[in-house]
Amino acid sequence: MVATMTQQTTATPEHIEYVLRLADNALILGQRLSEWCGHAPVIEEDLALANISLDLVGQARLLLTHAGNLEGKGRDEDQMAFLRVERDYRNVTMMEVPNEDFGRTTLRNFFSSAFQVLLWEKLVKSSDSELAAIAAKSLKEARYHLNHSSEWVIRLGDGTEVSHAKTQAALDYLWPYTAELFAANPTDEAIAASGVGPAWSSLEAAWEGVVLPVLGEATLVVPARTPFKSYGKFGRHSEHMGHLLATMQYMQRTYPGAQW
Amino acid sequence: MLTEEQAWKLLDEVPDPEVPVVSVVELGIIRELHCRPDGITVVVTPTYSGCPATEVIGLSIRETLQAAGAGKVDMETRLDPAWTSDWIGDAAREKLRAYGIVPPDGRAAVGAAQPIRFVRKTLTCPRCGSTNTERLSEFGSTACKATYRCKSCLEPFEYFKPI
Repeated sequence: MVATMTQQTTATPEHIEYVLRLADNALILGQRLSEWCGHAPVIEEDLALANISLDLVGQARLLLTHAGNLEGKGRDEDQMAFLRVERDYRNVTMMEVPNEDFGRTTLRNFFSSAFQVLLWEKLVKSSDSELAAIAAKSLKEARYHLNHSSEWVIRLGDGTEVSHAKTQAALDYLWPYTAELFAANPTDEAIAASGVGPAWSSLEAAWEGVVLPVLGEATLVVPARTPFKSYGKFGRHSEHMGHLLATMQYMQRTYPGAQW
Repeated sequence: MLTEEQAWKLLDEVPDPEVPVVSVVELGIIRELHCRPDGITVVVTPTYSGCPATEVIGLSIRETLQAAGAGKVDMETRLDPAWTSDWIGDAAREKLRAYGIVPPDGRAAVGAAQPIRFVRKTLTCPRCGSTNTERLSEFGSTACKATYRCKSCLEPFEYFKPI
C-alpha cells in the first residue's frame, strides 16, 4: 500500500542471505498452502489454510522488501518474489516439497511454525531494528499457526487407522528434511556473531522440545536421524522447485512489470 | 490545510472495509498524524501481515483527507510496535458485539512457545446471550476472526481474535 522507507545500509552479504532465508521460507510455504484453496477436506480448514498462507505471504512481503533495501540495488518485493532464478531462492527444501495430502501439509505446518515461533522470539531482539519489528508482528501470527497445526497433528496421528497411517507416512517422509533447518553453516555463524539473529542450529534442542511431545501424544513414531542432506538454503533445490516457480512466476514472466 | 483534530475526526468516519461497524481510528490502525501547511503525513500500521484490506484502507484514508482539502497526503507504514487487538477501545468492542462479532476476550497472549492445545474459550453468543457455544475453527472469513456456533439459537457467529 505504501513504500516502506528506503534505507541506505551497509549490510553484509551474510545479513542479506539470512533475511532471504526467512523471506523465502515464508514465501514458498505460503505458495504451497495457497494450492489448498478450494480443495481442503472441510471448509473450515480451507479457510484456515488460506489464512495461514496469507499471513506467510504478508510476512514474505515485509521480509523481501527489507532484503531488497539491504541489498541496495533497487529491487522491490515483486522483483524479489517473481523475477529471481531458482538458484537464488534460499528456502529450506521442506517448504517446496508437494503438499501430498492433508496429513503431510499439517505436519509440515507444525514443523515450520514451531521453528518460526522460536526464531521470531529471538529475532524480536535483533540488532536490525526493521527485522525486529517484522519478528514481533510475525510471532503473533506464528503462535496461531502452531496451535492450529499441533492440534491437528494429534487428531490425525491419534485418530483413525487411515489418518494415523497417512500421518506416520508424512512423518517418515518429512523428518529427514527437518535436519536442514539446523545444519551449521558460515552464514549463520557470521550472523550469530553480529547480533542480527541466532544461528538456527542453536534452536534445535528447543524445537525438539516443542515437537517431540506432540508427536508422542499423536502416537507417531519418530524415525532415526539419517545422513540424508538437503541444501535448499544454499540455493540447491529439489526437482519440485522449478514447477512451483513456473506457477508462481508465470504472470510476471509472461507480462513483465504487470500490476493489479 | 486541516488541523490535526479535524483530520482525526475525519478518519474516525472511515470504516474498516471488512468490519465496517468500526473505524480505522477505533481499530488503532492510525498511529500518528502530522499536519503541514501543504499536506499531511499519516502513519499507519497493518493489523495482520497479509491482511488484504490494507490497500483499501490506505486508499480510503487518502481519498477522505484529499476530499476535505488536506493537500498532499503522505502515507508511512510503521511496524513497531506491532498492532495488537488490545488497542480496540471499549466503545468499539460494544459496536462489534452489536454487529454480531464477539470482541477479543482478554488481552493478547504473550510468552510460551509451547503450543496451547485444545483450550476452548467459553464465548457468549452475541445474538441470544447463551454460553452454550462451540468453536468451529480458529480461522474465519478474515485473518482477524475465528468461527463459532451457538448451540442454543443455532446461529453461527464470529470472534475477533486477541493478537
